[in-house]
Amino acid sequence: MKRLLLLTWQTLTKPSGYYSLGFLVIGGFIAGVIFWGGFNTALEITNTEEFCISCHEMENNVYEELKTTIHFSNRSGVRATCPDCHVPHKWTDKIARKMQASKEVWGMLFGTIDTREKFLAHRRQLAQNEWTRLKANDSLECRNCHNFDYMDFTEQSERAANQHSGALAKGEKTCIDCHKGIAHQLPDMKGVEGW
Amino acid sequence: MRHLLNRKIFKTMVVSTIAVSSLMLSLAATSTENEVATLRDQTKLVEQQKPNLIPKVVNKDIKQGRNYPMQPPVIPHTTRSYEVNKNNNKCMSCHSRQRTEESQAPMVSVTHYMNRDGNFLAEISPRRYFCNQCHVTQLDAKPLVENTFIDMHSMMKQKPSKTAQH
Repeated sequence: MKRLLLLTWQTLTKPSGYYSLGFLVIGGFIAGVIFWGGFNTALEITNTEEFCISCHEMENNVYEELKTTIHFSNRSGVRATCPDCHVPHKWTDKIARKMQASKEVWGMLFGTIDTREKFLAHRRQLAQNEWTRLKANDSLECRNCHNFDYMDFTEQSERAANQHSGALAKGEKTCIDCHKGIAHQLPDMKGVEGW
Repeated sequence: MRHLLNRKIFKTMVVSTIAVSSLMLSLAATSTENEVATLRDQTKLVEQQKPNLIPKVVNKDIKQGRNYPMQPPVIPHTTRSYEVNKNNNKCMSCHSRQRTEESQAPMVSVTHYMNRDGNFLAEISPRRYFCNQCHVTQLDAKPLVENTFIDMHSMMKQKPSKTAQH
């Protein structure tokens, strides 16, 4: 084992005896493109709804609930898929979220929420995670589509316009403070602020 | 000759009875058709009626009058996907006593905090928990059936004018 490691180190530190510099540079570049492209493609595949609902935990619980909401079916036909709300769009944040999501793979392998009952038992905690995240980033994933600067208050109902031009405009509140449970059903809200 | 005449009379009698009975039958049939109001609107069974447009929920936030003193007030806003279930009551997140200051929504009546013995509870009474049993949103649509209900105040106003006529 030690000899093998030593041999690898020596190979890596010594100049190449057989391959030309051009081959190594161009070959390295092409290999880099392939690996980097491959990595990003794989990352994007994990960032699709089909991937999310390939697990029955997601398909039978949260996806079914999403179907009845305005984020799934509405007058203009624009819809939000899972990653639109649950994965940050900026690359670094996305990687950070993806690393956190490795815990979900653990949960899937060990069946943490593999029945409806288990899912409901965990729902408050799961919802709380998302509320905390959205509260911390000022509802960034909402704002990826719902841009405050382009909101026309005159098109909103009076009640909505008051809230949006008041508390939201001043930054006292963020989207998630009021709009909880808009895409999935709510857990037991006992003790949640504003309920 | 007489025999012939008799036969002729008999013939006309038969024809007229048939005509009258068939007329009656058809009358009866049309009358039942018109009496029974159906959403199918007398469309033939083999045909599919074109469905009416789904009316929109009134979302004006303006209180509507009550037709009689004990009428539960109607909801003047949309309530799409408001959850009222074992876990939570979305309506109460604005209309409960603790929330009205922030929401500026009307508070649910104090009777909703009373149990059947008239004792006040801290939370909304379980028997009043399901808001939509009494309070409903309104649709921007023409009534399907004419309503002849008269509010007692309108009735009282009408009364003296009627007596004056007599």
